[in-house]
Amino acid sequence: MDISLPAFLSDHLKRIILMEKEQENITPYKTFIIVLAVLIGLTLTSVALTRIYLGAITAVAALVIAAVKSSFVLRIFMHLKTDKRMFSVLVIAVALLISTVITITFLDYLYR
Amino acid sequence: MINPSDIHRQAETAKLGMWVFLFTEMLLFGGLFIVYSVYRLRNAAAFHLAAREMSIVIGTANTIILLVSSSTIAMSITAIRKNNKRLALILTGLTVILGFLFLINKYFEWGEHFSQQIYPGSSALALRGQGDVLFFGLYFFMTGLHALHIIIGVTIIIVVMTFISRGRIHSDRYSVLENGALYWHLVDLIWIFLFPLFYLIT
Repeated sequence: MDISLPAFLSDHLKRIILMEKEQENITPYKTFIIVLAVLIGLTLTSVALTRIYLGAITAVAALVIAAVKSSFVLRIFMHLKTDKRMFSVLVIAVALLISTVITITFLDYLYR
Repeated sequence: MINPSDIHRQAETAKLGMWVFLFTEMLLFGGLFIVYSVYRLRNAAAFHLAAREMSIVIGTANTIILLVSSSTIAMSITAIRKNNKRLALILTGLTVILGFLFLINKYFEWGEHFSQQIYPGSSALALRGQGDVLFFGLYFFMTGLHALHIIIGVTIIIVVMTFISRGRIHSDRYSVLENGALYWHLVDLIWIFLFPLFYLIT
């Protein structure tokens, strides 16, 4: 039995499905407010951490917090969480490229 | 009639183009971060003392200003997709105001340094030694380049606002707003790393 819909109708349906799918991807305001609160909390934490003397750990702690903050910005504010995988893969690749260059530079300076 | 799925694909292509541009920006600042780290390694004592002259209060305030502005521009996309043009305009407007606030803070911060004879090419700074010259040279260059990005970002958002008010950006077509917002988030992202490097790690 042929149950295929007339072309104009199936086109119309496709459009409705597409619109509904888009609607699902709208990040609610609440999410942004929560993420903002977390980001400000992390900022104040890193300021407080560097005020107490922790020696060499200070630098590492401040940079780890910066990395966590940037992952929130990338995933939520910049929509990587809801966008196509491809965008995340590209960002990770660029982050790896930069960190590799930093590592190689430091290996050179520390052990030459 | 334009098929909505075509618009969707065009928006995605435009977004990919934006991301590729953002990658070049990341590599530009990434290179500067490497220069900073290497000079810091070779002038540890001078960088340590110079970093203590930074105002943590202004640095923290500016960090929070940029984080809030990032959230307002992100929420403006939600607003436009929910067809709330007025709220979208308020949120993008807030982002612009916060961008100016950041620049005003930067103006006073730099002014304070200048009044202490700390600026690129200053003879008083040169007397303090190579490490200080490098620290402040990198500080002025990197935060200056970042401030230039803020100015460009604010300009882009103002253009986006005129598009929203004229109805050229709406719930079915908001790619320009989305890509403008991506640029603004990148500016925030770079500051997230500039802040610990120049203000926190002493």
